[in-house]
Amino acid sequence: MAQPFLKKDDDHDDEADYSPFLGIEKGAVLQEARVFNDHQLDPRRCSQVITKLLYLLNQGETFTKVEATEVFFAVTKLFQSRDLGLRRMVYVIIKELSPSADEVIIVTSSLMKDMTSKTDMYRANAIRVLCRITDGTLLTQIERYLKQAIVDKNPVVASAALVSGIHLLQTNPEIVKRWSNEVQEAVQSRAALVQFHALALLHQIRQNDRLAVNKLVSSLTKGSVRSPLAQCLLIRYTSQVIRESASNTQTGDRPFYDFLEGCLRHKAEMVIFEAARAITELNGVTSRELTPAITVLQLFLSSTKPVLRFAAVRTLNKVAMTHPIAVTNCNIDMESLISDQNRSIATLAITTLLKTGNEFSVDRLMKQITTFMSDIADEFKIVVIEAIRSLCLKFPLKHRSLMNFLSNIIREEGGFEYKKAIVDSIVILIRDIPEAKESGLLHLCEFIEDCEFTYLSTQILHFLGIEGPKTSDPSKYIRYIYNRVHLENATVRAGAVSTLAKFGAMVDSLKPRIFVLLRRCLFDTDDEVRDRATLYLNTLGADGAVVETGEDVKEFLFGSLDIPLVNLERSLKNYEPSEESFDINSVPKEVKIQPLAEKKAPGKKPTGLGGPPPGPPSTIDAYEKLLLSIPEFANFGKLFKSSAPVELTEAETEYAVNVVKHIFDGHVVFQYNCTNTIPEQLLENVTVIVDASEAEEFAEVASKPLRSLPYDSPGQTFVAFEKPEGVPAVGKFSNMLRFIVKEVDPSTGEAEDDGVEDEYQLEELEVVAADYMLKVGVSNFRNAWESMGPDCERVDEYGLGPRENLAEAVNAVINLLGMQPCEGTEVVPSNSRSHTCLLSGVYIGNVKVLVRLQFGIDGPKDVAMKLAVRSEDEAVSDVIHEIVASG
Amino acid sequence: MELCPLIKNILLLDSEGKRIAVKYYSDDWPTNSAKEAFEKAVFAKTQKTNARTDAEITMFDNYVVVYKFVQDLHFFVTGGENENEIILAAVLQGFFDAVGLLLRGTVDKKEALENLDLILLCLDEIVDGGIILETDANVIAGKVASHSMDAGAPLSEQTITQALATAREHLTRSLLK
Repeated sequence: MAQPFLKKDDDHDDEADYSPFLGIEKGAVLQEARVFNDHQLDPRRCSQVITKLLYLLNQGETFTKVEATEVFFAVTKLFQSRDLGLRRMVYVIIKELSPSADEVIIVTSSLMKDMTSKTDMYRANAIRVLCRITDGTLLTQIERYLKQAIVDKNPVVASAALVSGIHLLQTNPEIVKRWSNEVQEAVQSRAALVQFHALALLHQIRQNDRLAVNKLVSSLTKGSVRSPLAQCLLIRYTSQVIRESASNTQTGDRPFYDFLEGCLRHKAEMVIFEAARAITELNGVTSRELTPAITVLQLFLSSTKPVLRFAAVRTLNKVAMTHPIAVTNCNIDMESLISDQNRSIATLAITTLLKTGNEFSVDRLMKQITTFMSDIADEFKIVVIEAIRSLCLKFPLKHRSLMNFLSNIIREEGGFEYKKAIVDSIVILIRDIPEAKESGLLHLCEFIEDCEFTYLSTQILHFLGIEGPKTSDPSKYIRYIYNRVHLENATVRAGAVSTLAKFGAMVDSLKPRIFVLLRRCLFDTDDEVRDRATLYLNTLGADGAVVETGEDVKEFLFGSLDIPLVNLERSLKNYEPSEESFDINSVPKEVKIQPLAEKKAPGKKPTGLGGPPPGPPSTIDAYEKLLLSIPEFANFGKLFKSSAPVELTEAETEYAVNVVKHIFDGHVVFQYNCTNTIPEQLLENVTVIVDASEAEEFAEVASKPLRSLPYDSPGQTFVAFEKPEGVPAVGKFSNMLRFIVKEVDPSTGEAEDDGVEDEYQLEELEVVAADYMLKVGVSNFRNAWESMGPDCERVDEYGLGPRENLAEAVNAVINLLGMQPCEGTEVVPSNSRSHTCLLSGVYIGNVKVLVRLQFGIDGPKDVAMKLAVRSEDEAVSDVIHEIVASG
Repeated sequence: MELCPLIKNILLLDSEGKRIAVKYYSDDWPTNSAKEAFEKAVFAKTQKTNARTDAEITMFDNYVVVYKFVQDLHFFVTGGENENEIILAAVLQGFFDAVGLLLRGTVDKKEALENLDLILLCLDEIVDGGIILETDANVIAGKVASHSMDAGAPLSEQTITQALATAREHLTRSLLK
C-alpha cells in the first residue's frame, strides 16, 4: 500500500514543511493517470501527473506489473500531444517504467518517428529512450538512423547516439562495431562532449585490439583533442598503452611520457590532475619522471577548493608508500593541512607525513597530531594509529615518544574498534621493541584500571600473564591484576585469576603471596572464578608439597593447545556419545602457518591481540577447509601454500577459468575455479585434463570432477599430483577443460536431457620455485639475521647481465624467489648505483629463510648481485642459490 | 578495467536527509533499502560539514562523494574510489548550477519540489547510464527549459493552449494546497 510520504506528525501549516506532494498516494495518482486517455489532452495536467508518478518511483514506491503496464499504455497515448515539455516527461517515464519486450512494440513507431523528426530535442531523446528499451532485433531496423545520428551536426543528437552506442556495446557488440567509421568521424567533432563520447566508444570498440588502441593513442596525443573530459580519457588510454608496452621496450625513453608531462600544463584542472596521477602510477616511475607531477600536486595542496586538496593529498599519500623521498618536498604544505576543515584531507595529510617523516621530525609531528586527534572521528583515528604503529617499527629509537602518545590517547574517549587498534599497536611494539616492553606493559595495566570493554581487559590480562613474569620486577603488576578481581565482571575476574596463577608458576618468590590472593578468590560469587582458583591452587601445590613448579604444570598453564580450536570444535560436534571416550589426539592438527617470530624471544608465540600484521590472509584458512573436506586430499598433510589465482582464460570468453596452486609437502593440488558465462548452457561432469609431460617429477594421482556448472555460479574442479617430498619440483602443465554441455531453455531454465561432450583449451600453467616460498615478513631484519647466525649461511655472487636499471633487477629477483621484502628495501631510489634488499620467507618444510641481496650496476648497465642466504637448514640455503642460478 | 569516468549516483536530499530526487546509475545498491541506507550514511557523514561556498569531498565505503549544500538542499555526486575527484566535482557543479538557473535563484526545498519535473529532467540531461552527458550548467538548463511547442504546431494553437495551460496550472496549484 502507498505510504504517505513526507507526512509530518506535527503542524501542517508550517511553511517550511510545505510540499506539493504532501499526502500523495499511489492509488489516487494511478486514478489521476486516466487523464492520459482524455480526448482533449491537457499537457500541463498530464505533465503534473507524470511528475507525481516519477516522484512515487523516486521515493522507492514500486508498481505492480499490472499497474506498470496500465500506466505505460496510457502514457503511449501522450505521443499525440505536440507539447515539448510533456514529451520530455513522457521520455523520462518510459525509461523509468522499463517496459517489457511486447510492450516496447507499442511505442517503437512513435519513437522512430521522433528519431527522424526535425526537432533536435526529439531526435536526441528518442534515440536514448529507444536504445534503452530496445532489443537486438529492433536495433537492426534503426541502425541506419543511429549511424546518421552519430555524425549529426547537432551535438546533443550525436552525443545521444554515441552514449547509447556505449551502452549497446555490452549487449549487441557486433552491431555497434559496424559503426566505427562514423564514430571515428565524430572523434574529430568540434563539439567537446561529442568528442568525449566518440572517443569513449571508439576505444571500447577497439579495446581488445592492442595495435589499434596504440594507433589511436599515438594519433590523438599529437593534439587534436579539445574537450577536457576527452583529454582525461586519452590520458587513461595512454597510461594503459604504456603499461602494456613497458615489458616490451626495455631500453630507451618511456613512450608517451612527454604527452603526459605536457598535460600537466593543460588549462583544465581535471586534466592536470589526471596526468599527474597517471605519472605517479607508472610502473617503476623514476624520480625524474615524478618531479613535475609532484610539483603540480603540491600546488593543488594549497588550493582554496577542498576537492583539489583532497585529490592531491590522496595521490601523494599513495606515492609516499613507494617513493617517500619524492614527497618530502611537500611536507610543509602537508603540515598546514593537518588543521584542514575537511577531516578526510587532514587524516590523509597526517598519514602521508608519518610515511615521509624522518627520525628527527617524529617528535614535532606527534605534538601536532595530539591536538588533531581530539576532533576527528574514530575511523580516522584508527588510520592514524596504524600509521604511527608502522612509524614506530621503522624508528625503534623513537619508541618512547610514540608509546607516550599511544598511552595518552588510550585514556581518551573512544569506541571499541579505536581502543582495540591502540591496544594492538602497544602489544606489537612490546613484542618487537624489547626496550619498550616495561613501559608498554604499565600503560596496558593502567588502561585496564578503567576499561569498559571486557574483551580488551581479558586479552590484556592474558598478555600480562605471559609477558609480566619475564620482566625485571614482576611484583609491580600484581596489584593491577588483583584489582580486577575486586572490581570487574565475572569474565574479567576469571581472566585475572588465570593471570595471577601464571605469575605464581613462573616466579617462585611470589608464590606464597599469590596463594593468599588465590585463596580469597575461592569465595567468589561466580563458579568459573572459584573453579579456576581451586584448580590453580592445586596444580601449583598450595598445600606445600611442591615448591618448584613442575614442567608439566608449566606446560599446562602456558603450553598452547596445539590443536586449532576450529578443528577441535568440529571434532567435538562430530563426536557421538558412546563407550569410547573422546580422544583429543584424533583431532586433525593442520594448523595454519604461524608468522615468523623473532628468535630473540625464544618460545614466545606471537600474541598480538589482533593478530600480527603480516599474518597469512584468511583465504588460506578457507582453502584449507575446502581441501580438508575432500577425502582424496585428506592424507596430503598440512597445506603449505596456496598461490594467488592465475587466470587461464582471456577476459570475456565463454568460460572463465582460473587456477589456484596448493602446495603440500609431497603433493600439489590445482584448484580450477570455473565460471560458465553462457546463460543457455549447463555444463556437467567438468574436468580439467592436465598434460604434465613437461613436468617430469609430477605424477597425477587424483582428479575430482565438478558435477554440474550452471550459468554464472562458479564451481571448482581439482587435480592432484604427487611429487618428490620436500623437493621444489617445477614444471609446465597444459590444460584442457572437458565437459558435457546441455542446452538450457532460457524461459524455463530447464536443461535438456541429452548433452554433448566438448573440450575447451586453457592456457598453460607453471609451478615455479616461488610457489614453495611463503611470504612472511620480519619487522626487525637485523635482529632476525643476527639470531639466525652464520652456521647455514651461503654467499655467492652472480652477474645478472645488462638491465634497464637497478629497480628492475631487484624486482626480478624478488619475484623469482617469491619472498617478502622487509623494511621497504624493495624500493630502489632512482639513479642509485648500488642497493641492498632484504627478504624473508618460509620455505617448504617450514624452514625460515632470510636473504640479503646486494646489487651494483656499472656503466654499461651490467648488474652484479651478491646473494647471502641464512636459513635454519643449509640444504635450503643451497636451494635458494640454485633457484637464482637457474633463474 | 573501466576507463571511462562513471557516475555511481546523483542525490538531492533535504536538510533531514530525505529524498527530493535521486538517480542511481550503478548496481551497487540493488534494492531501495540499500539505497536508503547509503543515503542515510552519506547524509550523516556530511551534515555537519560546511559545504556552502565550495564543494566538499569525502571518502566513504570505497566511494568518493562530492557534495555541496544550499539552503535546505543537499547535492551529492558519487563515484568509484579510483575516479578522478575533479571530474566528479565538475558534474556536481553542473547539476548544482543548473538547478540554480532553473529555479531562478530561489533554491530551496519548497521550490525544488514544486518544480520537481525540471529537476528530474535536469538529472536526465546530466548523466545517461553512468556516462557523463553534459557538465555545463547553462547547456543543461537550456535543454531542460526549452518548454516551447513542437515547431510543427501552428502558431495560433500554441498560444491558446499555452494560455489555457497557465490558467489551469494556477488553478491546480491552489487546489493542491
